[in-house]
Order: sequence, then structure tokens, then C-alpha cells
Amino acid sequence: MDNKKIIIKMKPEVREKVIEICNNFDNNPGELINVLHQTQDFLGYLPAEVQELIAERLHMPTAKVYGVVSFYAFFTMTPKGKYPVSVCMGTACYVRGGEKILDAFKKELGVEVGQTDANGLFSLTSLRCVGACGLAPVALVDGKVFGRLAPAMIKDIVKEYREKE
Amino acid sequence: MANYKYHILLCGGTGCTASESPKIKENFIQLLAEKNLTDDVQVVTTGCFGFCEKGPIVKILPDNTFYTQVKPEDCREIIDEHIIKGRKVQRLLYENPEDNKHISDSKHMGFYKKQMRIALRNCGFIDPENIDEYIARDGYKALASVLEQNDPKATIDLIKKSGLRGRGGAGFPTGLKWELCAKNAADQKYIICNADEGDPGAFMDRSILEGDPHSIIEAMAIGGFCIGATIGLVYIRAEYPLAIHRLQIAINQAREYGLLGKNIFGTDFDFDIILRYGAGAFVCGEETALIHSMEGLRGEPTFKPPFPAVEGYLKKPSNVNNVETYANIPVIINKGWEWFSSIGTEKSKGTKVFALAGQINNVGLIEVPMGITLREVIYEIGGGIKGGKKFKAVQTGGPSGGCLTEKFLDTPIDYDNLVAAGSMMGSGGMIVMDETSCMVSVAKFYLDFTVEESCGKCRQQASVRNP
Ligand SMILES: Cc1cc2nc3c(=O)[nH]c(=O)nc-3n(C[C@H](O)[C@H](O)[C@H](O)COP(=O)(O)O)c2cc1C
Ligand code: FES
Ligand code: FES
Repeated sequence: MDNKKIIIKMKPEVREKVIEICNNFDNNPGELINVLHQTQDFLGYLPAEVQELIAERLHMPTAKVYGVVSFYAFFTMTPKGKYPVSVCMGTACYVRGGEKILDAFKKELGVEVGQTDANGLFSLTSLRCVGACGLAPVALVDGKVFGRLAPAMIKDIVKEYREKE
Repeated sequence: MANYKYHILLCGGTGCTASESPKIKENFIQLLAEKNLTDDVQVVTTGCFGFCEKGPIVKILPDNTFYTQVKPEDCREIIDEHIIKGRKVQRLLYENPEDNKHISDSKHMGFYKKQMRIALRNCGFIDPENIDEYIARDGYKALASVLEQNDPKATIDLIKKSGLRGRGGAGFPTGLKWELCAKNAADQKYIICNADEGDPGAFMDRSILEGDPHSIIEAMAIGGFCIGATIGLVYIRAEYPLAIHRLQIAINQAREYGLLGKNIFGTDFDFDIILRYGAGAFVCGEETALIHSMEGLRGEPTFKPPFPAVEGYLKKPSNVNNVETYANIPVIINKGWEWFSSIGTEKSKGTKVFALAGQINNVGLIEVPMGITLREVIYEIGGGIKGGKKFKAVQTGGPSGGCLTEKFLDTPIDYDNLVAAGSMMGSGGMIVMDETSCMVSVAKFYLDFTVEESCGKCRQQASVRNP
């Protein structure tokens, strides 16, 4: 394996932090999911080279790490935007028009679900019930819940965040 | 505790938080300080009150006044009128849609009248981040009595006799499950809480964990004692940061009080709880997949047997129960199995929590005795269909469930009746659809969901995915 080349690409502080996370879990392969959670918390996503480093530290094949990362929807290999947008596609929101809200965001941001826009400002994902069904349909922008949405409101919400820049 | 004249309870559930309950709290605290009332009035953030549709909810004790749709700018009037002059703010009271009269005590509202709160007993009543408030409402009393009695078999028998069945979907008798696990000797066993809440339209388990986390800790300790486990694991969705936060606080407080750790209540019972995070895979709610996920693997289900009671987490005997199942345990022990089994139908005892949502007037979190009809839930508690439209169907059981039409409205809700009607109880999602809802599109929604969420193992799923 040509590990060295890849490791050079990673910033030293990232590498150090990932090693620290692995050490905190005693480099125990059984803790892989916890390691991935903490790494994603810190880095925002799980690029290939980080997965390789984790595999090396936990003494397991990279394919196994990738197998876990790709299995779980929560883990992502693409960096999130500065303002992550998540549209609730839980049942309650769906029956109150969640899909139209998602379409409106797609149109306004010019991205598909799972993508981040060109200047890294917004990323778009869908998620399941966030527990605010009373306000359905809802979406989260940078962690803030927006409820009782209508497609016409999306433009202004996005504008509000664009103007922060 | 200080001697407060009034308590202002404020909903900290997700719905109300989204409509500015944190700002409301801030305003109350600031106004109370301004008027030198900080020692007389306590402001408490609670879990979800259930009536999310009318949030943000503010409740004033001792007079049980229930204010709905409160805005940050209403705080001044509540303090000036209610707290200082003792006059209720009429315009913030709930208006009964039948006669347009104001109702100030929630127990007289249609939404609450037919509810019965066992699993949700503390949600909306206590500060979930304060163990003393849980203890003040008989918290950890059941654990104390179980440990004092020191007879795991007797406790298991009590749970068996209560008739409690699993609230995670399948409805397996809980006492029997514990008994099966208790029988298997091993150097280490595990008691596991399934907080993966996979149903995409539901938030029951989340609300219990956010509103009353200690009830789960207490129940897991009781279960651990009964089956012989010293370690408990909660498998909780990473998408529930607030629930994780509250649970972690509760675990730390319980450790501080010696309610987790070594020699609990001076006995030789040791027990502690660790958290494991789910990562967004519906199939991980299935118990064998959940166990694999906790071991750091892909969450793929495997055939049973071996059952977790024989070979579970790290190949050791393990017992998996749902959050709501656990929430019932301490009350059953405190009030007795006779009391619990007097509620419900012949084969489904107690209550069930539902997340009532969709095209209905009163969206929210409800808990009803088994045996109540769908009509009572939809028209009395739910206040009927939104905009006076016609009812078309109600979906129960989550993605594996089904839609029930008008002819099932008078069916008493229990495990067996829902299955007989072609749906199932599931974990408690209940989505109401009106005449304008397209059933084909709803079917497509669930099919898309199951295709996306399947682990890809079985042939049918693979062929839907790649026709
Ligand atoms: C596909 C699938 C998904 C499931 N999802 C959940 C879930 O999200 N939450 C849950 O508690 N049980 C879920 N279950 C049921 C669990 O396998 C298990 O029966 C349950 O956690 C046992 O607890 P109980 O006896 O207290 O209900 C699921 C089962 C299947 C087959
Ligand atoms: S389904 Fe969207 S918040 Fe519940
Ligand atoms: S979130 Fe406040 S009542 Fe449910």
C-alpha cells in the first residue's frame, strides 16, 4: 500500500487529531463507528485518506472502514456547506408537502440532494422526522428549524443566509 | 428547594424550540429579574407537552394554567397580569373549537381528556436536566424496592403478570423476554435500549428521552438486575443531539447520586450505562442489525436463532427493549401489575404513545389506553381533519405498516386488531390523510423509503432497486 503519499496530502493537525481520536478509543476496531462519529464531528466529512488512516490505526482493512462509512446515511464523504440545509422528508412532512419544499431548495440552490454548491456555502440533504411535525413541513438551515414552510418562502430564507456573507 | 410561589413551565420540545421557546425563557428570566421576582417564580424548561400544534406552550403552576401559542412579546403580560395580579391572560388560553370558550386547565381540553399518561408521565412536568425533580415524582423508588427485595425472579414475574408487551413494534411480552435472557448463564450480559426510532414520521422515543431520561436509566438498571447484566447500552440516533445531551446529563447525575456505578443502594449490584450512536440506517432498528452496528460493523440483520438472549452483543446474552417499553417499567413496579393489567384490552395492556400527525387539527404526541378507537383518537383527541375536509386513511406501523380506511375507524386499537385490519401497531407513528391525499404517492413514498433503507440483502429489494 502506498500510504505515505496519501498521508502527505492530509494536514498534519488533521492527522494528529484523527490519531488522537483513535487512541481515545484504544484503537479498538469495535469502536469504529464512534471513531467515525468523532472524526466527522471535527472534520465535517470523512475523505478517503482519513478513512485509510483510521483503518491503519484500528488495524483493519480500509475496505471495511469504507464499507461502514458507505452503509450509514449519516456519514458523508463530501464536505458540507457552511450552511447545511436539510429538508424533512418524514411522513408527516411528506403528506404536508415536504417534497415541494425540497424541490424549491434544489431550484434555489442549484444543487441536488447530497451535493454542495460551487462556493461551498450551501449543501442539501433530506432527513427524517425531526420531531417538529406540528410545524410540518419543516427544514433545517444551519441547525435552525424553519416550520410551516411553503415553496414561495424558500427564496427569502436562502437570501437571508446569502446576505450574511 | 426554594419556596417558589409560581412555577413557569416552558416547553423545550423540538417543535416549541423551533418556534422560539428559548427566547421566551430568556424574556421571562429577564422580566422576573427586573421585577425582583426571581426568588418567587421558577422558570423550568420541560420536555414536550404533546400539544405541539398549539406550541409554544407555557404552563403556570400551581393553578395549572395552560397558555398556547405564546410569543416572546407575550411574556410581559403574563408576568404583569398573571404572576403579579393573579389574573389569567384570556387571549392566550386555548379556545375550545366547539363553543369558542376558553379553557385554562389542560385536563378539560379535548386533546387531553381521553389521554392517559404512563410512559409520558413526566414529560412536560419536570426539568429533565434535574434529577431531583425526577426523584420528587417517585423516581428511582422502583429500583430501590427491586434491589431491596433482591428477588429478580419475583420482579420478572411481576412484569410478566402486568401483560406489558414491547412497544418497539413486534409486541413481544417483555417479562418473558427478560426471563429467557435471565436463564442463560454467562460471565457478562448486556441490557440494551433501542433508541434508533426508525419510523420516519415519529418522535415518541425521542420525546421520552428528551423529557424524562431518568425513567429509561432507572428501568434499564431494573432490567439489568433482573437478567444479570452489569452493563447497559443505549443505541441512539446521532440525529437526536438534544436527546443524547439530556441522556448524558442524566447518566452523569445518576452516577453522582450513586444510582449508577458500584454497590447501588448499598447492595452488591453494580450497573452502568454507555451510549452508542446510530448513524442513519433504518434497518439498524432491527435488533440483530442494531447489535452488529454497536460492534462497529455494518448494520446488517442476521437470522434468528441465535436470539440475542442467547448470543447478542459481543456474543453474550443480551436483552433489547424499546425506549417506551422501558419507560413503563418503573410505574408498573410502583403501582403493581394489577393496576397496569386493568388498563387496555385482553391481550394488549396499558397505553401506547403515538405521534399523531398529517392532515389533522391537533398534531402532537399522545398517549392513550389500548382499546381506544381510531375514531376517538382522530376526532376527539386529534380534533378532526384539517380544514373540515373528509377523512381518507390513517397510516400506522411505519414503513412496514399499512393504511386503514374509514371502515376501520371504530376498531379498538391494540396489537392484534391492527394486524387483523391489515396494518400493525409499529412503534407509534400515526399519520392521518384527507380526501386530497394521493394514496399512490403515499405508497411510492414508503416504497422509496424501503428501497433506500434496505440493506440490499433480500432478492425483492435488490430487484426493486435494479429492475
Ligand atoms: C426493519 C425493522 C426496523 C425496526 N426498527 C425499530 C425501531 O426503530 N425501534 C425499535 O424499538 N424497534 C425496532 N424494531 C424492532 C426490534 O427488532 C425489536 O423487536 C425491539 O427493539 C424490541 O424491543 P421491544 O420488545 O421492547 O419492543 C425494528 C424491527 C425491524 C424488523
Ligand atoms: S415528519 Fe417532518 S418533523 Fe416529523
Ligand atoms: S414540542 Fe412543545 S408541545 Fe411538543
